[in-house]
Amino acid sequence: MITKRIIPCLDVKDGRVVKGVNFLGLSDVSSPVKLAKFYSDCGADELVFYDITASAEGRALFTDILTEVAATIFIPLTVGGGINSVEDFDRVLKCGADKVSVNSGAIRDPSLIARAAQKYGDQCVVLSVDAKRVGGQFRVFAKGGREDTGLDAIDWIRRGVANGAGEIVLNSIDTDGVKQGFDLEMLSAVCDAVDVPVIASGGAGSIGHFKALFHALPKVDAGLAASIFHFGEVSIPDLKRQLAADGITMRL
Amino acid sequence: MVAIVDYGVGNLFSLRSSLAAVGAEAVVTGDKDRIRRADKVILPGVGAFADAAALLRDTGLGRLVCDLAAEGKPLLGICLGMQLLFDESLEYGRHPGLGLIPGTVAPIREVIPLSYKVPHIGWNALHFPKDRPVHPLFRHIREGDCVYFVHSYYGANCADSVIATAEYGPELTAAVARENVMGVQFHPEKSGPVGLAILRAFCEEEEAGTC
Repeated sequence: MITKRIIPCLDVKDGRVVKGVNFLGLSDVSSPVKLAKFYSDCGADELVFYDITASAEGRALFTDILTEVAATIFIPLTVGGGINSVEDFDRVLKCGADKVSVNSGAIRDPSLIARAAQKYGDQCVVLSVDAKRVGGQFRVFAKGGREDTGLDAIDWIRRGVANGAGEIVLNSIDTDGVKQGFDLEMLSAVCDAVDVPVIASGGAGSIGHFKALFHALPKVDAGLAASIFHFGEVSIPDLKRQLAADGITMRL
Repeated sequence: MVAIVDYGVGNLFSLRSSLAAVGAEAVVTGDKDRIRRADKVILPGVGAFADAAALLRDTGLGRLVCDLAAEGKPLLGICLGMQLLFDESLEYGRHPGLGLIPGTVAPIREVIPLSYKVPHIGWNALHFPKDRPVHPLFRHIREGDCVYFVHSYYGANCADSVIATAEYGPELTAAVARENVMGVQFHPEKSGPVGLAILRAFCEEEEAGTC
C-alpha cells in the first residue's frame, strides 16, 4: 500500500532557506543543502524547494544549490518558483529535480501545463495553488498570495488536471502560518474534484493536525509544512511514528 | 566499472550521483566500447516504451545489451529500463522489447481497483515471494522496506522471474531477475538509504556471479 508522505518545504532566496508567516516578514533559517540532508536522514518522504528569488544571479545560485542537493540526497525532489516556460522545466530537471511545480506561470499561460506534461509526462507536473476564501468561493491568488486572480480554485484545479497536472499542492492562505490545522474544508472540496494526488499545505502546527488531516480526508496523499519542521516544533521521526501508531500507512 | 547506458532517454544525473554515493565507479555513456568494457551495465529509462525501444534499436545499443547479457554480464534495468527487458509492451499498441525476461508489460489500470490512482506513484513496501530465496540484490535490505515508484504499466505474465512485488490492490511486479539479468520497476536512485543499499548490492564485486 502506498504510504502517506510527509514533505518539508524549503523556500530558497539568495541561496538560503527562508519561511514567511502568511508570506510576509521572511526570516532566515538555514543552509538548503544541510537542511535537505537533515530531512532526508530523518525520514522526509520528499522535499519541495521553492525558488523565491527574483534576480538572475539568485536563479543561478538556486540551480547550483539544487544540483548539490540532488547529488547529496536520494529522495524525490520537487522544484517550484519562477517556472514560466518549458525551458524552466528543463533547467531544473537537468539539475536533478523529479517534479516541477507551476503556480503563477500557469495562471499567466495556462497552456504551460499541457506543454510540459506532453514533454515530461503528467507525473512530472505539479500544479501548486494558493487559495483563499473570497465571498463564499475558494479563489486562486497569484504572486505569493498577494493578487486575487478572480479564478475559482476548484475550476482552476479541475482544468489543470485535465491539461495534465499529475499532482496538486493546495496551500490555503486562510490557514497558512497560523498553525491551527490544515484547511480540511478546502482540501475536501479539491479531493472531491480531482483524482490525482493532493498535497495539503498551510496550517500545520502539531502532530495532531496531521492525524486529523489523514483521518478526515483519506484521499489526501501528503502533508507539507515548513516552519514547524525548520524550527523543530515537530520532529519528522516522531510525527511518522505517531501517525503509524495511529493506523496511517507510513514509510518508517 | 558500471556503465549507465545513455541512449537519449531521460535525465541520468540522480542515477550517476547515487552510484557515486555507494562508492561505485560509474560512467554515463552511449559508447559501445566503453559499455563492452564495463563490469556491469545499467539500462535506465523514463517516458514512453515505444520511443525508448526505437532509440535502443536505432542506436544498436539494444543489440549490444542483449549480447552482453548473453555473455553473462550483470545487467540491471531500472523503471522503463526494466520494462524494456520484457518480450513486449502493450503501451499504446504492441511493441517488442529486448526479450531478456519472458513476459508482457501491461497497463496497471486493468488490474487495480477503480478507486486507485494511476500512475502508481509514491513509496510502497517491497514483498519477497515466499517460494524462493531472497534475491542477492536485496541482501542489504529487509522485506517491507519502502521504495519509490512512478509507473502506469507493470510486468505481467512473468511469475517465474518475479523477485519482489508491491501491493497496489493486487501485488504488482516490483522486481524481476533471470540469472545475470535483473530489473526493478521502482527508482532505487530516489528510494533513500534502501535504494542505495540495492544499488550497492548490484555494484559490489563479491557474489558478482549471482548478482
